[in-house]
Amino acid sequence: MPEKKIGALIVDDEELARHVLRELLASHPEIQVLAECANGFEAVKAVAEHKPELIFLDVQMPKLTGFDVLELIGTDAAVIFVTAYDQYAMRAFDVHAVDYLLKPVGRERFEAALARAKTHMGGKIPPAQELAAAARAPQQHLERVVVKDGTRVTLIPVSKLDYAESQDDYVALATQGKKHLKQQTIASLEAGLDPALFVRIHRSYIVNLERVVRIEPYGKDSRLAILTDGTRLPVSRAGYARLKSLLDERG
Amino acid sequence: MHPFLTPINRFGLYLLAWSPLAAILTYLMAGPGKLGWFRSAILIIPLCLVYQFVCLSAWYSCKAAPIQRSTLLRLALTHVTAAAIISFLWVEAARLLAYVLSRLPSLQGLDEQFAPQVPVLFGAGFLLYLLSVAFHYLILALEESREAQSRALETSILAREAELKALKAQVNPHFLFNSLNSISALTSVDPAKARKMCILLAEFLRMTLGLGEKTSIPLSEELSLLHHYLAIEAVRFGSRLQFKEEIQEHAKNFLLPPLLLQPLVENAVNHGIAHSMEGGVVRLAVHCHGGRLSVGIENTFDPESTPFRKRGLGLANVRRRLEARYPNESTMNVTSEDDRFRVELSWPAELEEVKA
Repeated sequence: MPEKKIGALIVDDEELARHVLRELLASHPEIQVLAECANGFEAVKAVAEHKPELIFLDVQMPKLTGFDVLELIGTDAAVIFVTAYDQYAMRAFDVHAVDYLLKPVGRERFEAALARAKTHMGGKIPPAQELAAAARAPQQHLERVVVKDGTRVTLIPVSKLDYAESQDDYVALATQGKKHLKQQTIASLEAGLDPALFVRIHRSYIVNLERVVRIEPYGKDSRLAILTDGTRLPVSRAGYARLKSLLDERG
Repeated sequence: MHPFLTPINRFGLYLLAWSPLAAILTYLMAGPGKLGWFRSAILIIPLCLVYQFVCLSAWYSCKAAPIQRSTLLRLALTHVTAAAIISFLWVEAARLLAYVLSRLPSLQGLDEQFAPQVPVLFGAGFLLYLLSVAFHYLILALEESREAQSRALETSILAREAELKALKAQVNPHFLFNSLNSISALTSVDPAKARKMCILLAEFLRMTLGLGEKTSIPLSEELSLLHHYLAIEAVRFGSRLQFKEEIQEHAKNFLLPPLLLQPLVENAVNHGIAHSMEGGVVRLAVHCHGGRLSVGIENTFDPESTPFRKRGLGLANVRRRLEARYPNESTMNVTSEDDRFRVELSWPAELEEVKA
């Protein structure tokens, strides 16, 4: 049995872009391309199925971006991002010292990235949420949240997110009567959401302002927020102050 | 140059304004004294003729002491002193004139009759000069505000031109790098196709460079640009990109601002195709009726997909350019329903550039 090969995944929505990477990898017999994926959903599935050690991940893809994919698959594999031109993404990679390739991809740069990825294999790359946050244009907020259920990926547009509840290491995202669990801290979720639309009403709760029907007093120094679907959420004193100033701003 | 002397009709108006002044002065001089109407007029009319020119000199002292940058005391001192001196000289000239005129047999005794009126004339000269000062300040202020207005207008026009120029030169770097990546892939897979794409890209870039100079181009030129663009994107997206067009043949000669439609088609491709896994259709329709050119650009899109780049900016730029070119005569409607995004534009159909 020959020495163990490094399993790799190529993720790009453009056939020609995948071809370039495949060709560049051809001179590396120690690397075996396990699968090629044309979109993020396939990538999430392929990662679960093949457990690759190395992933070439395009940033701009339909529906699920490279950052979304990273967020969903965790960070066990070495990831090399590939992007054509995205000033914010490039800045994010630089800041977090993540390896990336710019299209068109040249042989020399490719070899360097590969060599680095090999030495760093098994090393930690920063949490995907941090990377994605750094790659967002200034003043741009999350437009949807991605959640994985096994290999099923759900996209929740923020307009359909009713509220989020912190549950230990997870947040439960409530949307249209359903709850989705996601491994994320409520603070990092809050940081990505538009503060004009979402407000942290409690240590454990973020609410979509559009869903709040009224606020009721509840015991001393505490209140309840009643949502359109009848859900009752606790509102802390600090949360009430934030909520009130936001509602006052809106008039 | 003095503002009253240059346009001849303005100078005439100034002289005319002096006639009632001369008449009033004649009346004042004739009234209480022994000087009759006739003798007063004979003395005053030449005096006023001279004095109206003397009063024009206020312009120079007004310019030397701008009202905003001088203290009130200085202004008062300057002008009062000038008024006193000038009026004094004028009165002395009047005395001389009266003396000379009184040599004439028919005007004997004029100088004696004039002597008691000297303070009246001095007062009148003093006030007239100050009036002239006030009037000149008014003119200066008017001129300044008019100048400021035209300066503001000029800068706004310059700013708009610069802005439009910047808007035109907008080949998306993302498009460029992705195309180069496709070419790089094709060099080994299909060298002939790689070369073809290089040429398409070069032609596209050449066209966009040339267009920056022009204010209008025929639709046929913009279409050729769009076809190049779409041919390049078709290599990237393969079967995901479908393009359908419906162009009225005779509409192709009408004019439009260059690169007006390209960003819209690019938007359609980016949002309709690049963001959809299955791809979609981009439709372009151009019609001409009722003296107006109407363009519709439509793309299918995946309603569940959210764009990584907003399309608002591109649309706003197109709207601004269209409005700048055809103020109040252009329309732009953006509609989005179900899985269809549609931009409709219309503007007056023009065949040849109207030379201003």
